Amino acid sequence: MTPQDYEYLRKLLKERSGLDLSADKQYLVESRLVPLARKASLAGIPELVQKMKVGAEALTAEVVEAMTTNETFFFRDKLPFDHLKEAVLPALAQARAARRSLRIWCAASSTGQEPYSIAMCLKEAGAMLAGWRTEIVATDLSLAVLEKSKAGIFSQFEVQRGLPIQMLVKYFTQNGELWQLNADIRSMVQHRQLNLLQDFSHLGTFDVIFCRNVLIYFDQDTKAKIFERISRMLEPDGVLALGAAESVVGITNAFKPYPDRRGLYRPNAAPTIVRPGVATLVPQAPRSVASAR
Amino acid sequence: MRTCLVVDDSSVIRKVARRILEGLDFQIIEAEDGAKALDACKRAMPEAVLLDWNMPVMDGYEFLGNLRRMPGGDAPKVVFCTTENDVAHIARALHAGANEYIMKPFDKDIVTAKFQEVGLI
Repeated sequence: MTPQDYEYLRKLLKERSGLDLSADKQYLVESRLVPLARKASLAGIPELVQKMKVGAEALTAEVVEAMTTNETFFFRDKLPFDHLKEAVLPALAQARAARRSLRIWCAASSTGQEPYSIAMCLKEAGAMLAGWRTEIVATDLSLAVLEKSKAGIFSQFEVQRGLPIQMLVKYFTQNGELWQLNADIRSMVQHRQLNLLQDFSHLGTFDVIFCRNVLIYFDQDTKAKIFERISRMLEPDGVLALGAAESVVGITNAFKPYPDRRGLYRPNAAPTIVRPGVATLVPQAPRSVASAR
Repeated sequence: MRTCLVVDDSSVIRKVARRILEGLDFQIIEAEDGAKALDACKRAMPEAVLLDWNMPVMDGYEFLGNLRRMPGGDAPKVVFCTTENDVAHIARALHAGANEYIMKPFDKDIVTAKFQEVGLI
């Protein structure tokens, strides 16, 4: 791969998916794209780039998908799902008691482990949300991972990473070494293809947004813009969940973190909800961008 | 340091499990069947048990029933680790008092995830 080829791919990936590759990531590009080139009967990356330059749109889409990291597992990091069960759902159950509906968005849902983990949390909430209209919208850039997610079929390895055994028995049906989520859980999740770099306001507003382990691949400016747009999609007392290694600090003032609820954020203009007898989510004032640097 | 009793009639599996669990800061005791595992528990109750199902002399299911009836035998977290990967076996193990269940083959990520799940890590 020539430096020019690498530069072309870097620029294209930044424009199409927001992926911000540093100058030393040639190995990553090679490990992901050489197999793709071979699959397309091309000798290597220079030939692949040549083909993309003359407008092979389907191939370009495959390149963007191949460079997307789809690492995920059920109840990843555990803590955000504990927060969801112990604090977020009880608080929202009271705050939305009149309308009896909840909307949750998984902004980079990959092969489905995250939205289905949320679906299982909602199911486990039982009587608290009985009769409610709950909607989980799972979006991802990659059509291939969305198709896998829709099928809800996972390998023995996948169901053993993060999924408690009791939930496997309760919510899955075994077919040899594969396990399929039962239809009642699958039907709780709607799948849509979405590029976070493009307008997503048509999705409507949400009570909870999971946007975990995706913005880490974007540069600061892109992250800030996406945070701003996400903040407009979240109800004033809604909750944003980020990945364990992610934060809004130093990037945007659109959200403020909660003390004692690591990884959770709320729109900055949000009022504090204090309800007797319910786990309360008290936002803490954000550090300013300037002081955080 | 916490102790994990690894019960499996395969010395290869015990060796692999030992390597993974020592990496997670457990002190390892090995037993090659359920009867020897019960003797080990009588001497000192471990914090965790990684338990195979099919073994000579006494299988994992029988061991678990005996363990849970022993004084202090409800304390160890028991994680089955077996090639028996059908729902009926899993349900039977949970009913007998297992805390988690690993279907072989396994790797470090799976063992770590399961031990985290039951609060051992």
